[in-house]
Amino acid sequence: MPADRIDPEFRALPLAALADAALSRARELGAQHADLRVERIRSQGIDLRDGSVTGVSDTTTVGLAVRVIVDGVWGFASHVELTPDRAAATAERAVDVARTLAPVAVERVVRADEPVHADAEWASAYDVDPFAVPVRDKVALLAEWSQRLLASDGVDHVHADVLQVRENKFYADTAGTSTVQQRVRIGPSIVATAVDRAAGGFETMASLAPPAGRGWEYLTGTGWDFDGELARIPELLAEKVKAPSVQAGAYDLVIDPTNLWLTIHESVGHATEYDRAIGYEAAYAGTSFATPDQLGTLRYGSELMHVTGDRTVPHGLATVGYDDDGVATTEWDLVRDGVLVGYQLDRTFAPRLGLERSNGCAFADSPHHVPIQRMANVSLRPDPARDTSVDELIAGVDHGIYVVGDKSWSIDMQRYNFQFTGQRFYRIEGGELAGQLRDVAYQATTTDFWGSMDAVGGPSTWQLQGAMNCGKAQPGQVAAVSHGCPAARFRGVNVLNTQEEGR
Amino acid sequence: MRAQEVVEQTLAAARHLHGCTVLVRESSQVALRWANSTMTTNGHTTSRRTTVIAFVALDGGVAAGVVSSSVAVTEDAQLRDLVMAAEVAARDAGPAKDAAPLLEPDVEDRAWDEPAVETSIGVFGAFAEGLAEVLAGPHRQYGFATHELATVWLGTSTGIRRRWVQPTGSVELNSKTADLMASAWTGASTADFADVDVLALAAEAERRLAWSNRRVTLPAGRYETLLPPSAVADLMVYLAWSLEGRPAHEGRSALAGPDGPRVGEKLTALPLTLASDPAAPGLEYEPFLTASHSGEGISVFDNGAPTRRAEWVREGTIGELVYSRAEAAEFGTRFTPAGENLLLTGGSADSISDLVARTERGLLLTCLWYIREVDPTTLLLTGLTRDGVYLVEGGEVVGEVDHNFRFNYSPLDVLRRATEVGATGRTLPREWKDWFTRTAMPPVRVPGFNMSSVSLGR
Repeated sequence: MPADRIDPEFRALPLAALADAALSRARELGAQHADLRVERIRSQGIDLRDGSVTGVSDTTTVGLAVRVIVDGVWGFASHVELTPDRAAATAERAVDVARTLAPVAVERVVRADEPVHADAEWASAYDVDPFAVPVRDKVALLAEWSQRLLASDGVDHVHADVLQVRENKFYADTAGTSTVQQRVRIGPSIVATAVDRAAGGFETMASLAPPAGRGWEYLTGTGWDFDGELARIPELLAEKVKAPSVQAGAYDLVIDPTNLWLTIHESVGHATEYDRAIGYEAAYAGTSFATPDQLGTLRYGSELMHVTGDRTVPHGLATVGYDDDGVATTEWDLVRDGVLVGYQLDRTFAPRLGLERSNGCAFADSPHHVPIQRMANVSLRPDPARDTSVDELIAGVDHGIYVVGDKSWSIDMQRYNFQFTGQRFYRIEGGELAGQLRDVAYQATTTDFWGSMDAVGGPSTWQLQGAMNCGKAQPGQVAAVSHGCPAARFRGVNVLNTQEEGR
Repeated sequence: MRAQEVVEQTLAAARHLHGCTVLVRESSQVALRWANSTMTTNGHTTSRRTTVIAFVALDGGVAAGVVSSSVAVTEDAQLRDLVMAAEVAARDAGPAKDAAPLLEPDVEDRAWDEPAVETSIGVFGAFAEGLAEVLAGPHRQYGFATHELATVWLGTSTGIRRRWVQPTGSVELNSKTADLMASAWTGASTADFADVDVLALAAEAERRLAWSNRRVTLPAGRYETLLPPSAVADLMVYLAWSLEGRPAHEGRSALAGPDGPRVGEKLTALPLTLASDPAAPGLEYEPFLTASHSGEGISVFDNGAPTRRAEWVREGTIGELVYSRAEAAEFGTRFTPAGENLLLTGGSADSISDLVARTERGLLLTCLWYIREVDPTTLLLTGLTRDGVYLVEGGEVVGEVDHNFRFNYSPLDVLRRATEVGATGRTLPREWKDWFTRTAMPPVRVPGFNMSSVSLGR
């Protein structure tokens, strides 16, 4: 990976001097461990309504954060000023916080040993830095996409936006690890709306393009065919508007990766976070039904279910070289042959599970937030033996629904009961698609759902989908994460009619 | 550099432009978090963000560009760079549809010259002592307490200079029995923690845990349901976020009717009023608008405009919708900024206990969770009950339901179908508290609330 991509403005910051000031002050004050992060996060959002710009905004977040362990208790403080004096003062404040709270901290922090990575560098893979492209050109592209849709019959409104982020992070700790990293990501969105005033309703159809760890090239043909998709959206929307309402009941579902990724995110990704499983998020994001005492025995799904965690997949939104504990990232199994076999961990949680090494999931979303265990790219493995196609999955269904694209989602605090809608739903009759349906939501319990998976699509059905806005922790933190996912088939899933639900 | 100086130097660097608005927001925040009866993460953070909005006259109209940075400002050159970047963004964006003349000053803000106000870990003084006692108790405790003081300075090229200090605080206490089979929640929103009695919150949670001594299993279905103020707040906040006028005019909102917005439509015979009011005692927010982006119902051109009380539902009837000044002109209505607090009033003087006492058979909820929109045409929402669903029979709680429910229901139908509404009090919306803490809500009785399925999650 070429390291010279790293933003020269970030390199020009006095990183070594800040580390020296913060870490030595923390040591002097009796900290057994200290680490410093310096971050610079640049983001830009561009929004258009009906082809006209509603907003262009450019945001830069900069700061330094010091985290310490004093007598087994965490302390944390951050500041915006990047001077050695301020770094030392922030270290003092972090030590203060640890000492103040020691009386109410019952547990003492124990961390896994990890190799030291001195002067390591890492940059994500992309071709065109989005911040090197003039805003004018970006606006022109989104406006042209909007106009294409608005010119089509049946499209009344179009919303288009793109969020672009370049994240630079420096990390140094008292063990000697020091890393400089850069990640670039981009999340485009375009939604067409049809209004039926007489019927008092409206319908939308959105692009299925996921956010990705890519640069501006993503919007100009690398990694997604926007031209092809935009050409189809008006007719897909027109068909949806006229589609019959679904009859509620049990259906066999073939779920496209454009929808299934979110079900993986909610029902497997969050459920295999170790901090949730042991109650750290109990009052907020929630806990997990997949508790550590069931590791190696919990039947999560059918034997076809193989789920991995990684921070290494190319263009993955959670992909990074080293985490915020200074740990080199990796890939590992979470569910194998349908059985729970692993968790997402940081250096504090690994020893609690009896493991010697972290798997690199410590992450803070800003210099003003403390690192927590955060979701890796959690992915369902495609069938390794046979490249089963979506058509073949559908051919195995007599009476069912093919689900495409994500929309609404909700899952309970133990990750059991979920309900999802989608962009479009196709009736399957006798192994063939028979037109779109409306008002569909599917609802299931996690283990029942994954237990009903009787076929997994092959590598050719696999997509890397994901989200920019995964929330966790208090104060709230937002992270981007990808999910690799094939199409898959599920038997006898409960389908609701959302019109009837609302009566 | 002092915030006031940042404003003046930025405006000086922007004199060549059609106009400029500067927002400096300094936030001081402390947080305590605990789980399994021990402290987990905590800290004290300070950050300042400078937002520069450049207004540029182009052929065809005025354009706006926004640049925001949290880089510490030490020299004028940084501000000139921000102005330049905002100007480029504006030129590249092209003429803005929400353009409106910048506002002129209408009041002198005597606090303008004052510095940022900082909070400290000391704000938790008495609270932390009580919390230590709670954590030492027999139940497993989880929770979060946070206090923020945000100071904002707004300056415009037309001469507006305003400053405001916004306090935001909340505490959530989640108590579980040692076997984790029962869970209860209490929470509060506060400006300064002086009014938070953590021992009382813990006692209320303990009372609820005791209800779990008898457990019952219930099927999914439609139940008479008593929504406590926190649950009502979460549903009403979502409704308040769905009140933009433009989509209602354009037919793409639950507030759109066949002939335009549903303003004037009667929702309920109860005299319920849902309002936002910057002067609501204890729930005050900025008396002037600050906007760092434009969108439906909000415009960067409106910075400095006075905020005001708006009645979204007035005496049971759909009242006002949200419009920027440009949208108000376009649709021939009144400028109506969104609110930063939300109050539902018009019920009786009764508490939730009074409602329980009058319930033959029904469910008493604690709070709601993971609320998401299922059908935007009806504002149908889904979500979960959380941390305690209690069965009420013969006017009293007779046990805890051994599981949660997934609901599907519209906040509009909560207003349409409510048969009884109690006394309004300050409450914390559990789901949306990261974005919205200033609410005052009553308990509400809804017959036939749709508990769509059983959730095994506890």
